Amino acid sequence: MISGGTNWALPSHAPAPGVGDLTRRMTDEQPRWGRDTAVASRPVRSYGTMTDDLRSVPGAAASLPPCQPSERNPSVSRRSAGKLDLDPATVRRARSLARQAGRPIVALARTHSTVSVERAVLRLAGVRGADADGNPWVNRLVDAVRDEVGLEHGVALPVWDAIRRRGAPTGAGGGDAVTALAQRAAAGRVGLRLPEGRDADLARRAARREVARGVRRIDARRAERERLVRRIGDAPRKPWIYLIVATGDIHEDIPQAQAAAREGADVIAVIRSTGQSLLDYVPEGATREGYAGTYATQENFRLMRAALDDVSKELGRYVRLTNYASGLCMPEIAVLAGLERLDMMLNDSMYGILFRDINPVRTFVDQRFSRQVHARAGIVINTGEDNYLTTADAVDEAHTVTVSQLLNEYFAKEAGLEDWQLGLGHAFEINPDLPESFRLELAHALLARELFPKAPLKWMPPTKHMTGDVFRGYLLDGFFNLVGALTDQGILLVGMMTEAVVTPFLSDRDLALQNVRYVLDAAGNLHEDFRPAPGGFIQSRAHQVLDEAVDLLEAIVAEPGKAPLLEAIGDGTFGLMKRPADRGKGLDGVVRTSAGYYNPATDVLENDSAPVTARGGGR
Amino acid sequence: MKKIVRPYGDTTGDGMVQVSFTLPVPHDKRAEGAALQLARKMGMDPALVVHAKPVGADFTFFVVYGSVSHLVDMSAVKVLEREYPLLTPKEVNAAVKTRLRREIVVIGACIGTDAHTVGIDAILNIKGFAGEKGLEYYRELKVVNLGAQVLVPDLVARARAEKADAVLVSQVVTQRDAHLRNTKEMSAAFREAYPAGQAPLLVVGGPRFDEHATEELGVDRIFGRGTTPGEVASYLVHALTERHTGGARR
Repeated sequence: MISGGTNWALPSHAPAPGVGDLTRRMTDEQPRWGRDTAVASRPVRSYGTMTDDLRSVPGAAASLPPCQPSERNPSVSRRSAGKLDLDPATVRRARSLARQAGRPIVALARTHSTVSVERAVLRLAGVRGADADGNPWVNRLVDAVRDEVGLEHGVALPVWDAIRRRGAPTGAGGGDAVTALAQRAAAGRVGLRLPEGRDADLARRAARREVARGVRRIDARRAERERLVRRIGDAPRKPWIYLIVATGDIHEDIPQAQAAAREGADVIAVIRSTGQSLLDYVPEGATREGYAGTYATQENFRLMRAALDDVSKELGRYVRLTNYASGLCMPEIAVLAGLERLDMMLNDSMYGILFRDINPVRTFVDQRFSRQVHARAGIVINTGEDNYLTTADAVDEAHTVTVSQLLNEYFAKEAGLEDWQLGLGHAFEINPDLPESFRLELAHALLARELFPKAPLKWMPPTKHMTGDVFRGYLLDGFFNLVGALTDQGILLVGMMTEAVVTPFLSDRDLALQNVRYVLDAAGNLHEDFRPAPGGFIQSRAHQVLDEAVDLLEAIVAEPGKAPLLEAIGDGTFGLMKRPADRGKGLDGVVRTSAGYYNPATDVLENDSAPVTARGGGR
Repeated sequence: MKKIVRPYGDTTGDGMVQVSFTLPVPHDKRAEGAALQLARKMGMDPALVVHAKPVGADFTFFVVYGSVSHLVDMSAVKVLEREYPLLTPKEVNAAVKTRLRREIVVIGACIGTDAHTVGIDAILNIKGFAGEKGLEYYRELKVVNLGAQVLVPDLVARARAEKADAVLVSQVVTQRDAHLRNTKEMSAAFREAYPAGQAPLLVVGGPRFDEHATEELGVDRIFGRGTTPGEVASYLVHALTERHTGGARR
């Protein structure tokens, strides 16, 4: 019973209108069955998404004074080397097992091709555009080759043979000639054949010439990035602050991304539309409708990169752009990212298999090619290990993250990526109710840091144990940031206290950035003083996780068959999902290559060295 | 008896609440006045702006404390009851184990020309949706996701081959009521292919369905927008165990 009765006369029976409306609105903004499945759509995470309100924040920079660039003591190892006292023999063993597990997969990737790899070749040769129904010409032409000749020899020989025999339309050269061929192929048979002898040599040479031109364009974009970073300046500190934008409409994304950059973001990620990973083609043009994200298209890439170039100049620091080379079109999207100077790409070796049920062989073939392109383009890849921890227990399954990181590292290096390009993922997902959860997080994060001392590492905030209690979530994000600072993470995805509640409010993102800045300013150099006790809890836990990772890798390589890793994926070793090699989406786009297979892109990427450049990481 | 409550700050009946919000105005004295005006209109009186901070040049974030004049009549509180209990994945697995003593086979598909697997994937894929894992995550559920543009005869054949307990169909495209036509076609095909009462549980989901139209569409359950995997899993356990225990009556 209330004490005073004075307010009884007020219309108290009616619910407070504001509150009711707000609740309903928030509910409406939740993702839906059949539609805006924001969570499901995101290969990574849903925080950092911005509200529409942000569009009109031209001068938002004022709210974020730059952090003091931290003067690091040169005598103290920046890499916190040796803090865990890891046994070098165990570390070597772990790497050698990862190599053992990965090598047969690489062999598989070398002897197979996919429709998307072949389409990527055509894109490198300059084919652009789509037919009236939106089917890209690269799809039409690859389908035509498949129908008339078969795909096992690659598209290059039949395509450039046909161009040579038929002659290019006057004035059309390079990509235009191929596009013209695709258009003719769509209208009817163009008499594609597999050339032999001298004809094959001529076709091979022409294909290589055209594709090498595309690779040189990627080289030029990389050099341009390096020049811009030098001229404009780089992110003022590490870790780089990574924020997500996603409205579905590229023209809405652009002002939001610019505002986020002004508020302090060093990296902007544009989340893709739900379901794009399962499209077996790359949509064309600037897109204004997507489900809980914006389609990855070449034009959208171009528009966003240009907008961030503008804001980079305004802010005096190069703002990086991230998208997703995942799903069925990984190789093509990697090519488009290289051509349009994207700076980072989500690219995980097993994510599509486990979380999207894409055929394992398709994934590994596509992945290798896409990583070769990323390597050439100077793009930093971000891997998706955080996803394991959202499906499995973050303590019990911590070693699966380590195993995946080791596999990702092996596949990445085999494809030509260098250490500075490996944004290996991991996440702060241990149940906060568990005693010592923070120490466990520290142990895991430090293990990743010490196992991969030269990799930037991508540190992902809590999502699984974020509840509607935004106050508790804010504290949790603070501890997440502290682990990031203590373990020298390279890329920090900003955690939102409204994770799992609403699309973050303008104020949520502001509070989240204050949280990051406070922790980095207050404790950014604490790693210099932080030394876990020898033989103590953190060291022991890290050793345990590494040992478990070695055990798991041993179990994987002990699987039967030519490619034990495929068997392991098939019987549910990772993330509790069973993904047999002969199942999954995109299998019909995989082909075993013939002895005469020719891929001019692989030829150029593997045999022509890139022009000498400073490394593009801007570190 | 009528029971009236008010929010509790530090004294019974003080009505104290705390709210935070952003107004699209630059931070100055007028902005704080605007925040106070909003707070009063929300029933807070007296209201105290304890924090105001600019967010960019054109926005201000406020934290306001104050006493609300509104009263809550506990006897007039109404809540909607779900017809089945919402279970955690662990509870679903345990219930299937103890009550059915075998795994549940679930087949999912988008039928007709619908290529939008978003809905079915959100419910079935382990990645899940809204922070909940999809049905693939449940140890006691065997999930077969057929994906997009599945023909109804193929769906029926696969359901028979897998001895499906439940068939989940997602329909996003609603042009010219395609979702209703497709669903009716699907349920009719199952009625034809199975003896009466033996067909698997038919469940459809999509943003444009009326959840009450089960009879008209010939399905057992319809889920609307915002449905999470946990709700679907809990429903399946509820409906299948009821069918199982009530089998003698049918």
